[in-house]
Amino acid sequence: MTAAPASVGPLAAIRRRRVADPAFRWVLLGASLLVLVVLALMIGSTTLDAIPVFVSQGIWSFLTGTTWDPGFSRTEITGTYQAGVFIYGTLVTSLIAIVVALPVAIGIGLFLTNVAPRRLARPLVYLVELLAAVPSVVYGLWGLHFFAPVVLKPAAQAISGELGWLPIFAGPVIAFNFFFAGIVLAIMIVPIISAIVREVFAAVPEAERQAAYAMGATRWEVMRSVVLPRSRPGIIGATMLGLGRALGETIAVALLIGGGTAINASIFQQGESIAAKIVNTFQESSPEGIDALIALGVTLFALTIVINLAARLIVRRMGDVSGEAVA
Amino acid sequence: MTSAAPVARPSLRQASGPARRRAAFSGAMNALLAAAVLLALIPLGLILAVIVAKGLPAMNWEFLTGTFNFSRRESGGGYLHGLVGTLYMGGLAALMAIPAGIAAAVFLTEFPRHPVSGPVRFFSDVMTGVPSVFVGLFVYTLLVRRIGFGTFVGAVSLAIIMLPIVVRSSEEILKLVPGELKRASYALGARRWQTVLSVVIPTAAPGLVTGAMLAVARALGETAPLVLTALAANQVVFDLQGSGQSALPLLIFREARGAFEAGQQRAWAGALELMLLVLVLTVLARLIGARRPAGT
Amino acid sequence: MNADLLGAGATFPDPLYQEWIGAFVGDNPGVTITYEPIGSGGGVEQFTAKSTDFGGSDAFMTDDELAAAQDAWGCDVVHIPTVFGAVAVAYNLSGVESLTLDSETLAAIFLGEVTQWNDPAIADLNEGVSLPDEPVIVAHRSDGSGTTSIFTTYLDDESADWHDQVGKGKEVGWPVGVGGQGNDGVAAAIAQNDGGIGYVELSYAIQNDLSVASMVNADGKAIEPSLESTAAAADGIEIPDDLRFSILDVGGDGYPIAGATWILAPTCGMDATKADALKAFLTWALQGGDGTAEELLYAPIGEALQDKALANVERINEGGQ
Repeated sequence: MTAAPASVGPLAAIRRRRVADPAFRWVLLGASLLVLVVLALMIGSTTLDAIPVFVSQGIWSFLTGTTWDPGFSRTEITGTYQAGVFIYGTLVTSLIAIVVALPVAIGIGLFLTNVAPRRLARPLVYLVELLAAVPSVVYGLWGLHFFAPVVLKPAAQAISGELGWLPIFAGPVIAFNFFFAGIVLAIMIVPIISAIVREVFAAVPEAERQAAYAMGATRWEVMRSVVLPRSRPGIIGATMLGLGRALGETIAVALLIGGGTAINASIFQQGESIAAKIVNTFQESSPEGIDALIALGVTLFALTIVINLAARLIVRRMGDVSGEAVA
Repeated sequence: MTSAAPVARPSLRQASGPARRRAAFSGAMNALLAAAVLLALIPLGLILAVIVAKGLPAMNWEFLTGTFNFSRRESGGGYLHGLVGTLYMGGLAALMAIPAGIAAAVFLTEFPRHPVSGPVRFFSDVMTGVPSVFVGLFVYTLLVRRIGFGTFVGAVSLAIIMLPIVVRSSEEILKLVPGELKRASYALGARRWQTVLSVVIPTAAPGLVTGAMLAVARALGETAPLVLTALAANQVVFDLQGSGQSALPLLIFREARGAFEAGQQRAWAGALELMLLVLVLTVLARLIGARRPAGT
Repeated sequence: MNADLLGAGATFPDPLYQEWIGAFVGDNPGVTITYEPIGSGGGVEQFTAKSTDFGGSDAFMTDDELAAAQDAWGCDVVHIPTVFGAVAVAYNLSGVESLTLDSETLAAIFLGEVTQWNDPAIADLNEGVSLPDEPVIVAHRSDGSGTTSIFTTYLDDESADWHDQVGKGKEVGWPVGVGGQGNDGVAAAIAQNDGGIGYVELSYAIQNDLSVASMVNADGKAIEPSLESTAAAADGIEIPDDLRFSILDVGGDGYPIAGATWILAPTCGMDATKADALKAFLTWALQGGDGTAEELLYAPIGEALQDKALANVERINEGGQ
């Protein structure tokens, strides 16, 4: 072949396409780094702003004390910031949510993978996923003005009537409390947990299930002796992911938890969560108050990150889970 | 294996004693599991039913096209400013997050062994779990303290929430594109960027669109980050930055916790409006995603 | 006039301010005024941060807050009282149409010492009213509030126990109770809890059909909160020059838990058209404002105070930009 000058003709076109490749790669790399940069900035800038508060208060005192008395300084930390009440509220509502959501989600997962015929399972999966599409503020409004007064309050009063001698069920039932927030939270996290456990149950080797059937096991016995034991890490991982979501949930909890200022023993009394406190007091906070709220946010973030990381490590041990189910 | 005469399978229903009990127990457990599904679906039904029942009566033309009516005690006025704000900030956020997210996902699938890929994938996962109020705090300290509240910073906070979702879901979709298609493209002499842009992306397009729309639907429903960045507005705001912006979730949040009957009615109508928006996006997304071209 | 004003603050006067704004803006189409009810604490904070053009607060700024605001704006900041309002003690107790309380009992309730409605402390003040044996559910503000300031200043003045244990201010360490956001939130908290009791600006109680208690004033009379009793409470109080004052020791026919609400504005640093618009609005409002105030049961500030208030309005942006 005769050699043509490199700047003209078909060889030039090939050269241009070849050069475009590294440029393309840089663009894609840049986009990927964006994710890392955003996360690093998030952790970095918020932690930096929070440090003066932690230093002034002392980490142990910040985490366990119960006095939140913001100062009004524009330059230094003068208030008392102890997040015990909010940490307690966050943990209690999330615990209630998990205790209620986990059995339901496992039941859904088992039903859809081992009991329901495929044609029934597909639309049911779709419907359960729809629960995840409802925005948090809608859950809050519905919970506050319908579900709590109409369904949860009578239930709570019944429980409190029978078991009110136990401090955690003591009455009277306040119109906004841990229980209401926790139950609505449970409804919100059921789709997340059930999506993952469904994947986990479906990943149980077919051969083992069939072997159990072949030995005469009933459907339930197969679930109990094959599917569930094999799925334990995945269930734990799914639980922790649901828990992580519950810890960070803001608006529905803010509307239902009651703005309490002290640690109350009964789940039928008011409380306050970290996220709700941030969103409620943000607009009126002085610069030092905002730093204190950031410190609260960093605490919450640390908590949810630890739980999320642990969950993903555990779920990963069960094999790859699709991004759609996890997100 | 020699063929044997087919053996009639004994039905558990005809068994006796312990086998019968186990069968009955299994049946009972099946019913229990079905009840679990019902337990999840009943709230869903209640939510949809109640929102329609309470929201529809309050949703009239004035609600859809009016803004704040300057009266706490009287009914009337509307949420137009919230609708405009939601769509405006959601659109901006989509513009920021979707191309970047898909590009990052392409990188993760094309260069899976690059040292950056592992951390990006891992941290995207982690970021999907960040509490949305924390994202709001971050954007507040980084941007609002410097350039004030507004539409743009609200959109940035929504984009940060959307980004990891788009990255992870897009990556899963891109991984499904058959290797043969890519290898065929290379065999024809195409470079990597040509392959990605002309073969991979079009093939994955329905799934990518689904992921993107679901991320947008999620962002439209967010409230907490907007409280800390968009703040509020009483009228329709088209400014990009410098004055507060409203959004449907913000209006619902404010009026839901008040005692004024008129405000609560508007909140229900707003919730219906928001749900319709989110549901339409979600259903559309799934429909588009269900259409898969042959070969995938 | 063409201007875009942003103010934020107290929820106490919010129903009134919004209707005032609606009427004023209706007559002056070039002007938009947005008032965000984020609580007096927020009002002072956002004004000091200069994110708003003016603030609203029912707690006049303390010396420290005033200094910080003047620092931020670089000049004097004026307090402009707009109306008086009553802080009603609203309650939700089926079957109990009227209730009388005094400051000691009120303090005891909010301290958590009186926990049942048929407690002798309440019963003694309400002979002939059958009080149920139900728990008292206290509701208070969870945000920084001027209404809280008026309420706690009253209790702090009247009850030694309250003074020792809680004190006064926009935010206090409440011993018991559910928190609500804004006057609106507290009204909701009372309405949704059987046996609920809380403090809200009067119009919030009336607009939401909540019963209000009559309070025993310094002369031993049980007075219901109303337009007349609010005006009577403000009658004859001494007004200092900077217009920062509390209403205490109310006797005669006055309702004892009442207060003024202020607009906070800077004397410099505003855009001229904005300042003109703000001055026009406040002047119109102070000179009658279409009578909306009385409709919503806020008492106008009376002539002597009005002159001083208008003088402060004149001072808005006197130093220019």
